[in-house]
Amino acid sequence: MKQSKKRFLNNLITYGMVVIAFIICQVMVQNGSMSRSFKGQLVPICVYIVMAVSLNLTVGISGELSLGHAGFMSIGAFSGIVASTWLLNSFNMENTVVRLILSMVFGGVMAGVAGVLIGIPVLRLRGDYLAIVTLAFGEIIRNVLNCLYFSVDGRKIYVSFNDPDLPGKIFVNGPAGATGIAKIATFTMGFVLVLFALFVVLNLINSRTGRAIMATRDNRIAAESVGIAVTKYKMIAFVVAAVLAGMAGALYGLNASTTVASKFKFDTSILVLVFVVLGGIGNIRGSVIAATLLTVLPEMLRAFADYRMLVYAVVLILVMLATNNPFLKNLANSIFHREKQQKKEGEAA
Amino acid sequence: MTQLKRKSNTKMVPVPSESIVPERDINKSPVLEARHLGIEFGGLKAVEDFNLTIGKTEIAGLIGPNGAGKTTVFNLLTKVYQPTTGTVLINGRDTAGMNTVQANKLGIARTFQNIRLFSQMSVEDNVRIGLHNQVKYGMFTGIFRLPAFWKQERVQHEKAMDLLSIFDMQDMAEMKAGSLPYGAQRRLEIVRALATNPSLLLLDEPAAGMNPHETEELMDNIIKIRDKFQIAVMLIEHDMNLVMGICEGICVLNYGKVIAKGTAEEIQQNPVVIEAYLGKQKEGA
Repeated sequence: MKQSKKRFLNNLITYGMVVIAFIICQVMVQNGSMSRSFKGQLVPICVYIVMAVSLNLTVGISGELSLGHAGFMSIGAFSGIVASTWLLNSFNMENTVVRLILSMVFGGVMAGVAGVLIGIPVLRLRGDYLAIVTLAFGEIIRNVLNCLYFSVDGRKIYVSFNDPDLPGKIFVNGPAGATGIAKIATFTMGFVLVLFALFVVLNLINSRTGRAIMATRDNRIAAESVGIAVTKYKMIAFVVAAVLAGMAGALYGLNASTTVASKFKFDTSILVLVFVVLGGIGNIRGSVIAATLLTVLPEMLRAFADYRMLVYAVVLILVMLATNNPFLKNLANSIFHREKQQKKEGEAA
Repeated sequence: MTQLKRKSNTKMVPVPSESIVPERDINKSPVLEARHLGIEFGGLKAVEDFNLTIGKTEIAGLIGPNGAGKTTVFNLLTKVYQPTTGTVLINGRDTAGMNTVQANKLGIARTFQNIRLFSQMSVEDNVRIGLHNQVKYGMFTGIFRLPAFWKQERVQHEKAMDLLSIFDMQDMAEMKAGSLPYGAQRRLEIVRALATNPSLLLLDEPAAGMNPHETEELMDNIIKIRDKFQIAVMLIEHDMNLVMGICEGICVLNYGKVIAKGTAEEIQQNPVVIEAYLGKQKEGA
């Protein structure tokens, strides 16, 4: 039972870290010591944390390289926008919190449905092939959403993929994207979503289902030999990740008055993958930290103007070198172990 | 240490079947029956017309020179490969068209020649994964930590510890499976296979890489497992002391074909077997 206690403590540290960061940010916003541009980054940071945590479930825990995660995000974003405008215009739902939650749930469900549909063919593949096909699906989703038209006319809603001439007020106008969206996303809701994603992913990992998922990752043949249906558990991980990405997408879509489908291109998938890789594959807390720092970093590098992306790239390379440096690794290990030993000695005494 | 009595008190009742390994069984239907099993890989007949019956609580051995197709037979029995001819019956039920997972649920569990543990996970988690289909609760119960989760996790923990105690491995439960010594990894694989509650345990070279002392211990443990769980065991092994010491029936395979079946004494004196292992005796020598 020592093991489960250690895990519990580890999870507690992750939750605590997020809560403390939230409180610090809230205090800074209250007393006005936070710059405007940074304030605008708060919700995207939450979105990217959830994206990184959910992608880590696919890449790190289930061991399948997925390059189309932004596709699920875009489905969530547009479903969320549709749900939100529909609830506001057809039902006059003024309560933004309830509307936001319902929109996020709807976004998550739609992304989950897409996850099931895509997962059926994709999860029969392995390795590189799986990566290529997920990449293709990400692009397909983006292109389909590029032709989405959506309008509200009184109590009726119209959705079309080929006819731009819809009656009523148009909210999503094909390649021009969604416009005139009520900005209802708040940092607090983002924080709640991060906690929810962490709760789902961390609890899933430390359960029977999570162990089965990790077993299929570590050794497919052995997992089958002890009676674990490999495709089923790969599917569970893939769909849960898609649902969380959809919820994050809905929050993202409702954080700006305009959203275009081309925002969720391949680059976004890679960006999230970079968070996962730099935070440590399979390391959920690492994903949270990496997503936060790497979203903030470009903002902080504004002083470098034209050299911004260059510095960003150099930082990425330095982080990779540092985390793979045997000297630094040993140093970190020795510090960690010394602490442990001291603890043990303390206990003995 | 008290030595366990080898070839212990199993009831031996003959069963009228021509494909049986030793002519004995306990009254009811056999645990495993392979009928005319065969597989071709692009025209190469890796295994041909393989017939075998294993009775409940029987220890059977499968031996043969390198490349004879022993592991292929295991893969056929566990449905890793689908046979091109013939079929396998587990507890009297036909496995045609089934996959490995379904075969495991019918009661067939195995270990691997090259160890296949979940090496990044703890020893206990490895056993818990083996218990996957024994102690169940759903995904949402796990995520939202409903009361059933806590109850079933406790049951799983107790069962895992119970299984680990067969090999006195409770103290290692927290260790990473990959960091265990070689012999312990092999034992853990057996424990994991036992966790799936099989009626037939297949061991692929369980004594490979073990010293004589460890092999001795393993022989006692195989018998202990058979007696405790009342299951049948089939093993592939090159260590003849082990095979001749504990196997009640032995099947010899060469070039994918069964060349002999019988008890240890019969096999040792069989000229065909001696030829397969040592080559033909020079004429007139």
